Amino acid sequence: MDSILNYLFNDYIVQVATITGINIIMVLGLNLITGVTGQLSLGHAAFMSIGAYSSSMISIKLGAPFIVSLIAGTGFGALFGALLGIPILRLRGDYLAIATLGFGEIVRVVILNTPALGGALGVYGIPPSTNLGITAFFVVFAIFFMYRLEKSRHGLAIRSIREDEIAAEMMGVNISRYKVLSFTIGSAFAGLGGALYAHFLSYINPIDFGFMKSIEQLCMLVLGGMGSISGAVFGSIVLSTIPEVLRFASEYRMVTYGIVLILMMVFRPQGLFGKIKVNV
Amino acid sequence: MLEIILKQLLNGITVGSIYSLIALGYTMVYGIIKLINFAHGDIYMVGAFVGLIVATQFSSNFIVVIAIAMATTAIIGVLVEKVAYKPVRNSSRISALISAIGASIFISNLVVLINGPQREAYPQIFPEINFNVGGITISFLQIFIILVSIALMFGLYYIVHNTKMGIAMRAVSQNLTTARLMGINSDKIISFTFAIGSSLAAAAGVLVGTYYRAVDPLMGLLFGLKAFVAAVLGGIGSIPGAMIGGLVLGLAEVMGVAFISPSFRDAIAFGILIFILIVKPSGLFGKATKEKV
Repeated sequence: MDSILNYLFNDYIVQVATITGINIIMVLGLNLITGVTGQLSLGHAAFMSIGAYSSSMISIKLGAPFIVSLIAGTGFGALFGALLGIPILRLRGDYLAIATLGFGEIVRVVILNTPALGGALGVYGIPPSTNLGITAFFVVFAIFFMYRLEKSRHGLAIRSIREDEIAAEMMGVNISRYKVLSFTIGSAFAGLGGALYAHFLSYINPIDFGFMKSIEQLCMLVLGGMGSISGAVFGSIVLSTIPEVLRFASEYRMVTYGIVLILMMVFRPQGLFGKIKVNV
Repeated sequence: MLEIILKQLLNGITVGSIYSLIALGYTMVYGIIKLINFAHGDIYMVGAFVGLIVATQFSSNFIVVIAIAMATTAIIGVLVEKVAYKPVRNSSRISALISAIGASIFISNLVVLINGPQREAYPQIFPEINFNVGGITISFLQIFIILVSIALMFGLYYIVHNTKMGIAMRAVSQNLTTARLMGINSDKIISFTFAIGSSLAAAAGVLVGTYYRAVDPLMGLLFGLKAFVAAVLGGIGSIPGAMIGGLVLGLAEVMGVAFISPSFRDAIAFGILIFILIVKPSGLFGKATKEKV
């Protein structure tokens, strides 16, 4: 499978496509938290880094096979998502955003100051096991999973939280349970993305998982449309590939992200693909 | 030992009073339009850079520098409000917050584009005088920073409590719709609030520049977020809360650096934040509000 793909495309295109796929997986996780449940998370990159570091450590220190590392990265993402989600999801939208941002900073500072995790030097020599085929498989899995989840009973409950928390509670939806559930699943996908990312580049550094990474993922989601699976996929593809094409203008990239966020919110808050109006 | 503690106490109050100045902007804006003004930290950075330009190009008189920085930044603050916040005021909360984040990213990276990402040295606009009190060296600059902050906070207190604008501000923060029915031009009041908050942030920027003698385009994000933590700590929406919250945060951070570990400096503030949000989300001075259906 992989050799055929390599034959069809050159290495550079394969690399961009793999990174795009990894971004799709993580943005789908963010979409569940922010788009579907309506809880703004500004610390998605922290869960990505937790997945990346835990899976790399298991690969390097224990010599575990790739699939075990992936499961571990996903599991650690979910674990930390639940641990953080249980106390902070009682908070209202904007406080929650700041708390997740604060958590992201704490994770970054802790990794930076832990010599066992490579500190500021980062982690080298992670086995480069991720390839385009595996990434594509997980992208399809993530899309299928999110689609089934949204159409299920649980998905209905989660969406009702976004539409009106108080009304949902009156209807018997266990709000905190579903918020934690969606936060845990979303973080698990970020962890999976991080694990794939680490095993693709075979080098990770705390700088790669800062606040700007969280913003980049949010930007992908907002551009495509919050609450829409096709929107999350589309936004990830656009913002993962356009910077590659416009590499000569790379210094304008962050400024453009800022403009995109403002313009989208002012003129088309539902994103390019979103149908429903997100109301929090 | 006592000497070290006293010295750190002074350092903490100095940093804390700067946090308070920035926290006031967050808390006033939140009190009126219930929005975290994410770009506030970047406004503070712009204030520091305006001060830098004035000090190197025109005049190194401290009062001139801080006055021009405050005036320019007030205008920028109002512009940001008009462009990024006003159009989304009636949209959902999450839209407004994302637009605010967009404004923050835009401002900081625009300065990176213009200036470059590097650190810039701040000229010495305040003479370095140290004096000894019972074996402790006290820098006059620190005392001066604390005094300027207190003066600005008293100024703010006067405006909010004794002027027509201030009364209108408090009315709008209690209930925007009712205030409008009473004939208050709420758009004007909101812009005025942004202008005041931004000028306080600019003053903080100039003070930080003179204190640390360096500024960089990305300094606003982290410092601003910590000031936001101070506002939450004091109880968001409460003006005395922001002042006390800033001091508490400054002291906690300096003591943490001195007695625990300097490398976890940035984690301390966010640790406090998550703790406060879990234990007492309304903060030290805030009123707990129940959402009405």
